[in-house]
Amino acid sequence: MEHFPILSAITFLPLLGVIIILSINGEKEIVERNARNAALLTTVATFLFSLVLWFGFDKTTAEFQFEEHAAWLGGGISYHMGIDGISILFVLLTTFIMPICILCGWETIKDRVKEYLVAFLLLECFMIGVFCTLDLVLFYVFFEAGLIPMFLIIGVWGGANRVYAAYKLFLYTLLGSVLMLVAMLYMYGQAGTTDIPVLMNYDFDAGAQTWLWLAFFASFAVKMPMWPVHTWLPDAHVQAPTAGSVILAGILLKMGGYGFLRFSLPMFPIASYELSWLIYGLSCIAIIYTSLVALRQTDMKKLIAYSSVAHMGFVTLGIFAFNIQGIEGAIMVMLAHGLVASALFLCVGVVYDRLHTRDIDRYGGLVNIMPRYALVFMIFTMASVGLPGTANFIGEILVLVGIFKVSSWVAFFALFGVVLGAAYMLYLYRRVVFGELTKDDLKNMLDLDKREILIFAPLIFFTLWMGVYPSTFMDFIHVSVENLNMQHETAMSTYHALTQTVTGN
Amino acid sequence: MLEQFPNISIAYGEILLSLGALVLLMVGVFKKDSVNLVSWLSVGFMAIALCLTMATPTVQTYTFSNLFVADDFTQYMKMLVLVAAALAVIMSREFFKLEGDERFEFPVLLVLATVGMMVMVSANDLMSLYMGIELQSLSLYVLAAFKRDSERSTEAGLKYFVLGALSSGILLYGCSLIYGFIGSTNFSSIGNVISNYGDHGAPIGVIIGLVFVLAGLAFKISAVPFHMWTPDVYEGSQTPVTAFFAVAPKVAALALLARTLYVPFGDMSASWSQVIIFMSVASMILGSFAAIMQTNIKRLMAYSSIGHVGFALLGLISGTSEGLRGLIIYMTIYLVMNVGMFVCIMSMRRKEDGMVEDIKELSGLAKTDPPLAAFISIFMFSLAGVPPLAGFFAKWYVIIPIVRDGNFILATIAVLASVVGAYYYIRIVKLMYFDEPVEKFISRKSYPMKIIVTLSALLVLAFIIPQVSNPVLEGATAAAQGLVSQ
Repeated sequence: MEHFPILSAITFLPLLGVIIILSINGEKEIVERNARNAALLTTVATFLFSLVLWFGFDKTTAEFQFEEHAAWLGGGISYHMGIDGISILFVLLTTFIMPICILCGWETIKDRVKEYLVAFLLLECFMIGVFCTLDLVLFYVFFEAGLIPMFLIIGVWGGANRVYAAYKLFLYTLLGSVLMLVAMLYMYGQAGTTDIPVLMNYDFDAGAQTWLWLAFFASFAVKMPMWPVHTWLPDAHVQAPTAGSVILAGILLKMGGYGFLRFSLPMFPIASYELSWLIYGLSCIAIIYTSLVALRQTDMKKLIAYSSVAHMGFVTLGIFAFNIQGIEGAIMVMLAHGLVASALFLCVGVVYDRLHTRDIDRYGGLVNIMPRYALVFMIFTMASVGLPGTANFIGEILVLVGIFKVSSWVAFFALFGVVLGAAYMLYLYRRVVFGELTKDDLKNMLDLDKREILIFAPLIFFTLWMGVYPSTFMDFIHVSVENLNMQHETAMSTYHALTQTVTGN
Repeated sequence: MLEQFPNISIAYGEILLSLGALVLLMVGVFKKDSVNLVSWLSVGFMAIALCLTMATPTVQTYTFSNLFVADDFTQYMKMLVLVAAALAVIMSREFFKLEGDERFEFPVLLVLATVGMMVMVSANDLMSLYMGIELQSLSLYVLAAFKRDSERSTEAGLKYFVLGALSSGILLYGCSLIYGFIGSTNFSSIGNVISNYGDHGAPIGVIIGLVFVLAGLAFKISAVPFHMWTPDVYEGSQTPVTAFFAVAPKVAALALLARTLYVPFGDMSASWSQVIIFMSVASMILGSFAAIMQTNIKRLMAYSSIGHVGFALLGLISGTSEGLRGLIIYMTIYLVMNVGMFVCIMSMRRKEDGMVEDIKELSGLAKTDPPLAAFISIFMFSLAGVPPLAGFFAKWYVIIPIVRDGNFILATIAVLASVVGAYYYIRIVKLMYFDEPVEKFISRKSYPMKIIVTLSALLVLAFIIPQVSNPVLEGATAAAQGLVSQ
């Protein structure tokens, strides 16, 4: 018997919420309250549903699980869903972050509440779809579709310069993606199918691989974002409402890294290997340059946005280290960053809601009146720095070990990032939290309320869990990463054998 | 000896509409205040013609001394033309009522133009080709100048007429060259002669003739460099007329272009594909860049349609049935998006100003009229080709054959042009959602309008579901094979 289509259920459950919210009518206040409740309920239900994956997942195989097949466009394009060790944690991260997002806009969003919630639920559907799908076309559809709600979220509920930021996000990402579309069309023409597992085993011509890789790179590098196409991110983060920033940092950025792992590495192993110098170079520049830029920021959100770019540099380094530690580390950094960066944006949101500014100079001495907030902020600052015992440490150390095996120079530059990361985060924390409470408008600030504690508690819990006992999470990814790594090594050894015979002749 | 009576069964639709137009004219002249009746009668005639067309056997059949052909392809394209025309009549009702300018000639002219388009789709001879085009064009010239006391409308009509006459002249000159060098006007005979040229290739006269014919047809589909009339005519004509111009004539002219290139000149694809590539690329680029600066929504739609024609032409380049299928799917989706969009444009109306066309008037629409804003954004994102909306699949199916041919540069230009295009489409969304509201539109939409806009939005949204898209895909596949197999 066919098993229950759990992945489709998780993916499309948010759409049910959309329909419910759209059908709510009546007085403004009641509508808003009901819409909020409906959205929260939907996202929590989605999260609970996704726990089925957590418990039902077989950690001993690299095969795709919970697979679903259905006819779609025909001609080798089908509706194919499935997850493996690489994608499952991203799905869970998404469903976990979403209720938090809904909660964090609970009181601050007063304008067009219905539309706001609809946009978020749509976005959740598309994001889960990206991680669950095993068909190229379907992947592209989900990948791109997420742009529409994100564009609206930034543009409608964003800050002063929101229109510019929304445009930049939309056009940058679209530009990267359409090149990927051409590559996808080529792959479809060659292989006659868009099924991802089939394409993973399809040997693309080494010459074509380079072009395909570059086309995919264009899309994922923008999404990651990598230096020098990262400039949309600080703008988008600064202008987006808090929940938008959380989604952006927590999940949307992970799509790029996931794309590298799902497509670039297994489908174009030779090109990945040949072009890894490009990744190393760009990542090192990103880590050092954006860390330095972060040091000079006066806007809290911008600072964290730049730190995101630096962290993503670690991710790309890890992925293209082509060994188990590197790849596992990259996934861990992504998950940890998903939690920690989201939490940091929420921390900024907390004070922004009270004072309506993100200017660091306007703050100082918050520890005197907001002790709980100071504690929460400190935990996540430390996590972002990569203190042992927090989630980021596990990821970063694995990435560094992995990349050290490849090149000690690259590892050397990456280590700079760790030092600089400590510098800008601690500097930020000192300026905002420590010192004398001298500014008058800060004196009436309230500490975290119940809702905010409810938001932060699970984030703290998982950040520490990941840092103290990472095996819970690593067990999920280990077999799949091993398999990915083995495939890559096989592909490389045939390639090397081939090039040697060619040069030998 | 008596000639055998021609097999008119495959032309029942055309015959019915021609007679129907005369009946409508009589009703309109002799019965007072009969606009409503004439309009709905014309819709009824089109519906019956649609049924008759669908009922004709899809086996390839010729009639009227091979001037006229019917097959899967003609059936599908006529269906599109008839649907577009009927919707245009329905959409015009509310508009003319509100303008207080109801005249029964509008549906009559529209029916006549439709007959012309159906003849174009079925044309299998340079003679019937010209006949169809002229019947269509003459009706359209009058429609463009329909509001005769408006300077802009008459200007549009005159401009359209002068340039259209010029293009017809070019087309005729091309036809005469082809006839002179080949000795026949029949598509099948031309095809036979060309396939016998062998290694020497076609004589230069035929090539020049072909290019002239292409130029004439390019004018009708408003492909660059023969697009100049489009923005002015779109802007100057009344909105229901523009809505009609934007879809039905383009479908018919593209069908005719496809047949002309595939059937008689199929063996000369090396000669014409360069021309088509140029027109396609130029249209896509101009359509996307020139639209950026537009502030009038109808002008913007004009440039958008130029860009879309460029995309549709991509389908012709490969010369395969897959490419043609892409073109057919493209035009189907284009029809749905445009019809929906023009219903929305017709809702841009205020009590004191009447119709407003500046895109600034849409500012803050999401606050003053949320459903309308939602509809417009669905159509805009779809026109921009953002998945999961139908517009993405339209582009997908025309670009596949291009990539399969190894024409990556062309494919890349196409997708990049669509990014530039996305800029001006999302600008409309930006105005509606991000900007401060201006004065409200009067929200008086009749039921037919509401149904049309809702249906087309649903189709655009649901095209991703196989149950919705499969009929289109299957119909398009059959239609494409019907033409290519000839």
